[in-house]
Parts: sequence; C-alpha cells; structure tokens
Amino acid sequence: MDERDGQGEFRFEEGMAALEALVGRLESGELPLEEALLAFERGVALVRALNERLLAAEQRVEILTRGSDGRLSLRPAEDDEL
Amino acid sequence: MQEILGIVSRIPVLSVTDLNRLLRATLETDYAEVWVAGEISNFRVPASGHFYFCLKDRRSQIAAVMFRTAQRALPFRPRDGLDVLAHGRISLYEARGDLQLVVDTLEPRGLGGQQLALEQLKRRLAAEGLFDAARKRALPAWPRAVGVITAMTGAAIHDIVTTLRGRMPQTRIIVRPVRVQGPYAGGDIARALAELGSIAGIEVIIVGRGGGSLEDLWVFNEERVARAIVAAPVPVVSAVGHEIDVTLADLAADCRAATPTAAAALVVPDRAPLRHRVAVRENALAAAMRTQLRRARERVAALARHVRDPRRQLAAQRQQVGELSARARRALAARLQMTRAQLAADAERLNALSPLAVLERGYAIARREDGTVVRSARDLADGEILDLLFAAGGARVRVESRRD
Repeated sequence: MDERDGQGEFRFEEGMAALEALVGRLESGELPLEEALLAFERGVALVRALNERLLAAEQRVEILTRGSDGRLSLRPAEDDEL
Repeated sequence: MQEILGIVSRIPVLSVTDLNRLLRATLETDYAEVWVAGEISNFRVPASGHFYFCLKDRRSQIAAVMFRTAQRALPFRPRDGLDVLAHGRISLYEARGDLQLVVDTLEPRGLGGQQLALEQLKRRLAAEGLFDAARKRALPAWPRAVGVITAMTGAAIHDIVTTLRGRMPQTRIIVRPVRVQGPYAGGDIARALAELGSIAGIEVIIVGRGGGSLEDLWVFNEERVARAIVAAPVPVVSAVGHEIDVTLADLAADCRAATPTAAAALVVPDRAPLRHRVAVRENALAAAMRTQLRRARERVAALARHVRDPRRQLAAQRQQVGELSARARRALAARLQMTRAQLAADAERLNALSPLAVLERGYAIARREDGTVVRSARDLADGEILDLLFAAGGARVRVESRRD
C-alpha cells in the first residue's frame, strides 16, 4: 500500500483480492482455529491498509511554470486561481 | 501626323506584335506581384502537370496557371468551387494575346478551405499510423499524479480540478497553464506535453479546453499538437469539449473525452464505491470469524458431553479456545473502534440537522390533538387544546386568544 510505488490500483486490487481470499477461507470453515485467527488478523490489517490508501489526505494543486531563466518549477496554486 | 480613313491622328499605328509587347511590358511591370481572392473554376491538369484554372467572382474571371514547380509547397489539392487567395504575377502570352495570372502561392480561404487542408492532413497522419488503435495506451487505473494542460482562465481547469477532487481527493494535480487559442497556442501545448511528461509521478495527462467555436478549437487540429500527444511519455486524454467536430488531437490521444469533466472522471476512480467494497469485505471477515469461534465452542461442548476421561486434554483445549476467543475479541474490538469513530462523526453531523437540536436551543413545537404541527396562528380556534413539545418533556395547553 505504498503511495510511492505508483501502482496504486494494482496494489489496491491486489489487497482487495487477498482480503477476498482470506474471507473465503474463513467462510469455508475448514481452517483450524489457530489458522483462522491468523487469517482474521491479517484481514483486519489489510482492511486498515486499504482504508489508509483510500482516505489519504487531499493534496494541493500545483502549477508548473517556466521562469525567465528557462527552468521549470512547481509552485502551489492559490485557491482563487482555480 | 497621318491620315487614315479620313481621320487625322497623332497616335502611331502599331503592329499586333508591337501592341502585345507593349501591353506585356506594362502589365508585367505594374502587376509583377498581386494577391487575388476568388473561386476556382474549370480546374484542369494536362499531361504537363501544370494546373490551369480560372479565378472568378460574381462578375469577372481571369485565367490562371500554377506551374508544377510552384505546386510543391501547396498544403491542399485545388478543385472547382474552392475559395482561394492566390499570389503571383500577371503575364501576357504574346502569341495569342491571352492574359493570365501566374500563381506561385495558393491558400484556401475560409472554413471550406481550412476543412480541406485539415482533411488532407488527417489522411496523411492516419497513413503514418498516428491514429492507430494499436498505438493507443491504456490509462493507469489509479494514477498518483495527473498532469493538466489548459488555460488558467475558463471553466475547464475548474471542472477538471473539482471532478478529480470529488472522486479521489488525494490525487496530486499538476497544471501546466497554456494559451489555448491564437498563434502561440500550438507551440505552448506541444511544449507543455513534453514538460509535464518529464515530471516524475505524472502517469496521465489531460489536455483540452471547455468548448468554443470551431475556429477556437483550431489549435487542436495542428500537426505539432497531434504529434506531441503521440510523443508524450504517458497516456494523454483529450478534452476539447466539442461534440460535433473530432479534432486531430482527439484522434491522436490515447483516450477522447467529450468534456473536461468527463476527462477527469476517466482518469481517476471514484473512491466512494471502493470504500464500500472494503467495508463489505470487512463485515464478511468479522462474520466468518464469529461463526468459526461459535463452531469451535460447540465442538468443545460436544466433546465435553461425550468424553469424560481425558479431562486434562479437555481443559487444555478449553483454555486454548478461551485464549483464541480473547484474541478475536480484541481484534474485533479494534475494528469496531474504527467503525465507531466513523459512526460518532456521522451521528454528530446528523444531530446538527435533527429537530431535537433545534429544541435544545429553546424552541418548542406546537401540535394539535391530531398530531399535526401548528405553523400559523390563523389555523387555531380559541379554546383549542395544543400539545407543546420542549427539548425535555412537553405540556398540554389551551389557546386563550390568537394574534394573527
């Protein structure tokens, strides 16, 4: 669930699939209790990670401009610019 | 001085050759360079490859020729009925006394001509494979950062930012402001595509403007813009905001959106349904775990009923189940706590809307005996019985008199 990996949806979908699989194994009722509990704990951790990814803080809009020296630079946008 | 047919004249008699030579000298000096606007008619290309045609308007016409050598820079193929602006010189073919315009530059005039040039450019780029479906790149499912190329004035930038934030507020948005019309717009946009493409993290670019007339959108038909879109290192979504005309930018883009808002919606997923999907699985997880624990307890209880002998083992199993249950309860409690915090926040928002909150501020609600709420004194009769509802408790009262 690392924001920097640039594969948000891939990782997110991967996490969702893992969670789905854990739920399926738990629901099958075939796991020994100890393993079931491990699966449950992993599931809770996955849910937390998925929610963290979904609820990350809003980011400020940035403006890319070229200065008089010809260099590109980023600056945060003012609210009244948008 | 001479006398001809009884007329005395000072004007010398010329041979035809002399006359044509004089005319030619005058014309080719005084009309060595002209711009003429007119419509092409009687266009024909003999084996020589030179174009022969007439330029005409409503009252007059003039013969014209465009030699093969001058045709190389021509951006379109002339045909009858086309309005053009011709540049060239006037010449007289002495042997026949024919006057003609020798054209060196020909430009289509008005939208008809521009459209023609556009169609021909489109065919050329298509033949190159610029618009091939196989060349189109898939959009990233969930990009970290989105690049936006448009004017800072106008609705497009606002629509794009609002939609991106509404769907996935944590998306990083990087705007490269450009001119979207006028002679510098094409260069601006082409450069911006390369510039944004070089910023690390940007995984998709939206380029466009919020509609406008066909002339306003013309920059999106420029060859350099189409080529820059194809050359961009990340997928490009066009949002030119024009339903009828598909621009070359639209054709070159990896994905075409009808409006800036639609483009933003294509680029990032909506987080609300994703949150719902997580919540559904979270609930299923907890329910499955509860079922497991119940079954385990039932199994132990059944064993306890049927097996009396290995008591020690049974006690150990009981203890194990007890420990696991405690762990599960702790994990469940942690999960519930997260959910509860969310619920508390939701409840507070709801509370602000509740009539009870209004009553807390000292208001009361008056109801008739049939339960309907009184909104106007005019609806009341003297002596009528009312129920008053306060934040805490209520009272039964009688109307003494009314004030309308």
